[in-house]
Amino acid sequence: MNLVIESAGLRKVFGAKVAVDDLTLTVGQGEVFGFLGPNGAGKTTSMKMLLGLVAPTAGAGRVLGAPLGDVQARAKMGFLPEHFRFQDWLTGREFLRFHGRLYGLGGGALTGRIEQLLERVDLLDAADRSLRGYSKGMLQRIGLAQALLNRPALVFLDEPTSGLDPLGRLLVRDIIIELREQGASVFLNSHLLSEVEVTCDRVAFVKRGCVVREMALAEQAGDIAVELKLGNVDAALLGGLAQFGRDVRQMNGLVRLTVSTEAALPDMARWLVAQGVSIYRLAADHKSLEALFLEVMGEDERPG
Amino acid sequence: MMEILTVAHLTLHEIKGRKVALAALILGVAFLLVYGAGFYFVYQDVFVNSPGSALRRAQQSAGLSFLVMAGLYAVNFLMVMMAVLMPVDTLAGDIRSGVIQTLVTKPVRRASIVLGKWLGFWVVLALYLAMMAGGILLIVRVIAGFEVQNAPAGLALMLLEGTLLMTLSILGGTRLSTLANGVMVFGLYGLAFIGGWLEQAGVLLDNATTRNIGVIASLIMPSEALWQLASYVMQPALLRDMPATPFSVASVPSTAMLAWALVYTLGALLLALRQFSKRDL
Ligand SMILES: Nc1ncnc2c1ncn2[C@@H]1O[C@H](COP(=O)(O)OP(=O)(O)OP(=O)(O)O)[C@@H](O)[C@H]1O
Ligand SMILES: [Mg+2]
Repeated sequence: MNLVIESAGLRKVFGAKVAVDDLTLTVGQGEVFGFLGPNGAGKTTSMKMLLGLVAPTAGAGRVLGAPLGDVQARAKMGFLPEHFRFQDWLTGREFLRFHGRLYGLGGGALTGRIEQLLERVDLLDAADRSLRGYSKGMLQRIGLAQALLNRPALVFLDEPTSGLDPLGRLLVRDIIIELREQGASVFLNSHLLSEVEVTCDRVAFVKRGCVVREMALAEQAGDIAVELKLGNVDAALLGGLAQFGRDVRQMNGLVRLTVSTEAALPDMARWLVAQGVSIYRLAADHKSLEALFLEVMGEDERPG
Repeated sequence: MMEILTVAHLTLHEIKGRKVALAALILGVAFLLVYGAGFYFVYQDVFVNSPGSALRRAQQSAGLSFLVMAGLYAVNFLMVMMAVLMPVDTLAGDIRSGVIQTLVTKPVRRASIVLGKWLGFWVVLALYLAMMAGGILLIVRVIAGFEVQNAPAGLALMLLEGTLLMTLSILGGTRLSTLANGVMVFGLYGLAFIGGWLEQAGVLLDNATTRNIGVIASLIMPSEALWQLASYVMQPALLRDMPATPFSVASVPSTAMLAWALVYTLGALLLALRQFSKRDL
């Protein structure tokens, strides 16, 4: 697989504050990559380093085959910033035209692309109003259109739905799915795990500036969280349960474990009965990304 | 090159969109109307209705020059304000608000963004000076048939002064907040201003120390020296000999000072390009 992003040991320190400790990751072509982590974990700073907005203190990386900050490579990149503020004396159409020209586009091709995108983000009606009069969600949508002007091969979206209503969120979700169908790659910072779950191929969890876990969501889909309420649990029983799954834990009178296929459930029930254990409850659920997030971050994680 | 023009175009849009151009135009026209009316009545009263001896004629001519130079002096001050205020917020404000982020992630060198902004502001500054100074020259010519000598050279020097201050204002914006930037550039301007007077006083009073302090201030900030040179080349010999007017030039800035001002401006621009290219955004 061709890599659109590869980074090794990227680090950014602001004064005494380590914003990103060690960013080592790869994103493949055509992949929608979710970058998850609590507030202040260093997601935006990581994205800014990949975009060449912020110079890394240490480490190296390549984006679209070029070193970080390469000017030419940006012709194939799009970016919607977290704090989307634009030239508010321009109208929506003028705004897109200027940014298109900065991509080196022009003429009829640009005009056509602008109309297409205005329609896609549902802003045709407001296109000739000045951005000063746009609502937060409208600004975020025009910013998204701006990021797609050049039909980018790689799009960076920093919390692209933070200002959007449910309809707007659906719109962004569809646009991301379309991008993937067209073969583009997406690097997505988000807190909305339910959205990430449906759009992303792969996610990385970042905690205090370090990538602590990276995984494909297809892998995750197989995992089932099991919750048991049993009579007389002892260490031997817990050890025995380990043959059906992993991460066996006992807490609050409940036994929890993770199994990788549904077929393990009846086997486990039969085995428990054979052991003479009473079963008061057996619940199985596909693990949500949210549960995984809390598990990876730990209950103690506080924003910082 | 295209990208520089695109950013320059965007900058012109900004100047228009933020109503800077409109305010400058309306107040500029008001200034010229007031000046024109004042000049007309003074001219009618003093020069047309009271003919006199040859000596008196010479005095009248000096008085006319004085009025013209006073007009240009006011224009110079207004242009300085424009030069500093127009771009004072352009980088600092865009960085602070985050507007800059979608610009610098385009396939455009950061230097081109600074150069494009510089070019856009410079065009407006040059047009403003042309309108204001050109208006003064036209008014005195139509009303009194008065020709300002060496006007092109004088205006070029004034434009260089404006360019220098504008470039400094852009340079400051690469690092400082809008407010700190304005304080810095006007502070430097004030330093040059008082330095210019000290230098004149030093020469008139034959006090070398005072004069040197003035020269050093002009080296730190050559803007006032450029105005003095401009006013020197544009005023007739008669007025040049009158001491201690706002445009009297007891000590004429040298061509070395002119060269220094050019190097200074270019240096400030290059430093701005470098600073902006290096910083985190
Ligand atoms: N310019 C800066 N100067 C100093 N500290 C900074 C700067 N930018 C970021 N930081 C710090 O670096 C850390 C990471 O910030 P970053 O914006 O990357 O977090 P984030 O993961 O995007 O958070 P959020 O989810 O809230 O957007 C934070 O502690 C922040 O305070
Ligand atoms: Mg962030």
